[in-house]
Amino acid sequence: MSDNQAGNSPQERKISRRSLLGGAATVAVVLAQTATGKTFQAALTQAEIPLIEDPTKVPGVPPGIMGTRSPFEKPVKTPSETSSRTPLQDLFGTITPSDLHFERNHNGVPAIDPAKYELIIHGMVEKPMVFTLADLKRFPSVSRIAFLECSGNYRGAADGKTTPQQICGLTSQSEWTGVKLSTLFREVGVDPKSTWFLAEGGDAAVMTRSIPTEKGWDDAIIAYAQNGEAIRPEQGYPVRLFLPGYEGNANVKWLRRIELSDQPFQTRQETSKYTEAVGGGKIRQFSFTIDARSIITYPSYPLKVEKGWIEIRGISWSGRGKVVRVEISTDSGKSWKPADLQDPILDKAHTAFRYLWQWDGKSTEIMSRVVDQTGYTQPFLKDLLAARGGNMGYHFNPVTAWLIQPDGQVLFKAT
Amino acid sequence: MIKRTVLSGVICLSFSMTLISFQNHDFEQFGNRADTLGHPKKFGFGRSATAKEIALLDTDVRPDGKGLPKGAGKASDGKLVYAEKCAGCHGATGIEGPNDQLVSLKISTDPKIKPRNKTIGNYWPYATTVFDYIKRAMPFNQPGSLTDQEVYSLTAFLLSENGLIKAGDIIDAKTLPKVVMPARNYFVPDDRKDGPEVR
Repeated sequence: MSDNQAGNSPQERKISRRSLLGGAATVAVVLAQTATGKTFQAALTQAEIPLIEDPTKVPGVPPGIMGTRSPFEKPVKTPSETSSRTPLQDLFGTITPSDLHFERNHNGVPAIDPAKYELIIHGMVEKPMVFTLADLKRFPSVSRIAFLECSGNYRGAADGKTTPQQICGLTSQSEWTGVKLSTLFREVGVDPKSTWFLAEGGDAAVMTRSIPTEKGWDDAIIAYAQNGEAIRPEQGYPVRLFLPGYEGNANVKWLRRIELSDQPFQTRQETSKYTEAVGGGKIRQFSFTIDARSIITYPSYPLKVEKGWIEIRGISWSGRGKVVRVEISTDSGKSWKPADLQDPILDKAHTAFRYLWQWDGKSTEIMSRVVDQTGYTQPFLKDLLAARGGNMGYHFNPVTAWLIQPDGQVLFKAT
Repeated sequence: MIKRTVLSGVICLSFSMTLISFQNHDFEQFGNRADTLGHPKKFGFGRSATAKEIALLDTDVRPDGKGLPKGAGKASDGKLVYAEKCAGCHGATGIEGPNDQLVSLKISTDPKIKPRNKTIGNYWPYATTVFDYIKRAMPFNQPGSLTDQEVYSLTAFLLSENGLIKAGDIIDAKTLPKVVMPARNYFVPDDRKDGPEVR
């Protein structure tokens, strides 16, 4: 096989050492030949792909061992020291590409050897046990598509110049696969008198949370796969606790220990953090459940839209069950109409909504509001603040509005 | 015969034990949930954990003091450890930052407590959490490097700086769980429910 990609210029045949190492910079794989004539797959970085005028005139890149993104597509998370946000406005449907799943950790992402990994379950059990990754994979498995959200996931902006990523980019959706925690609870013989368990991670934070044992018996999953492959290190490789509908912090990553008990352990993450002032001098603790929420991801800042037909799009979800309705207002909240919900509508999962709208070119505000199966309706910011005694904090899920100016400029507006 | 006991939906928080309301099933019912129909109760995967390997990992500290190791500390020793290992991130007096503020002398009853100003003294409900967290996670760039003695000393220092114990008080497995934390009175369990009410 020849190695000419296009023409014979040395520039186009050049394979740099950096690109041979592949990795994140690789955007295309081509066949090349060693000096001895052996054919091998090499990687080209974005900078080295020749700009081909007419792809119908030149053979393309052959199949490779790993897929790529087009160099023209650059969806990225926005990292801070402690977290990294999903670009919600750049995505379609409801599955977050695994490498764009949001992150939040408390002392970095550890590198864990799966061959050495063990999960220990002890405490109020008949038989304390240790499970290797291979053990966990032998048990009957389950998969479900569900959202994950950090409870500290609302940021407004006074000047309106903020994106869905910045407002609530600490939420993503994957298909999670693993063994039900209830299966492991039966294996070790959890004492029916146990009411709480400690989940502990093997990261540098050795992070701990107390979880109601009832949740462990319910739909908790000891997950080892995400979107069809091993969980990513950023999401807890090789094993994490997945608690559908519960705030992200409780879904302990890099899970190494579960201790069954009859009282909460009052860890730092459930006392000093992840608690919120709710008025009257009270501080709410063990606020696990993520309340129903929706956001319009298109159109959103910084886009400029044109007068005429616009498909308003967004995602909606609830930690208490299924979304039953998403209502859209295109007249600054005066009237509301139901949006189309994307099937299948799943329990505790991002549900896409769509609403076809003809914009008349006049200034207005558009917003979405979700209702979940329990009858809970997503509140406006002012009503949420009133319910919390005027305190901002965790578990802020307000309706967010987008102001569309006459020139088509879209800006965020708090409600 | 399967007994069903249903606890009513009131959540109570007491100082020594917390119960969360849920439908209480007995063990027979746990074992017979729909998703495990047809599964054996035991698969025989995994192995027993030895007491030694449990002891190596089971070093968390509970609010009743269970898990606290041997040893004791006082504030004057903790002051030295703090200056060497903590001040760089938490400030010379535990106030300056840049990272989390640890010390405040006022118990704040202002519900609008800014996150930056939540401290051990005005916000932490349990003193045992101080020991547990420092031992497992601090210092940030060398977590788990402190001796139990150092952790006791630092705990004593921080509680003393926050005006929660006297400067000469000894902190050990007996005294730490008894330290009164004023913020504990503010903590209430989550009372949000399914349904239309926004709380």
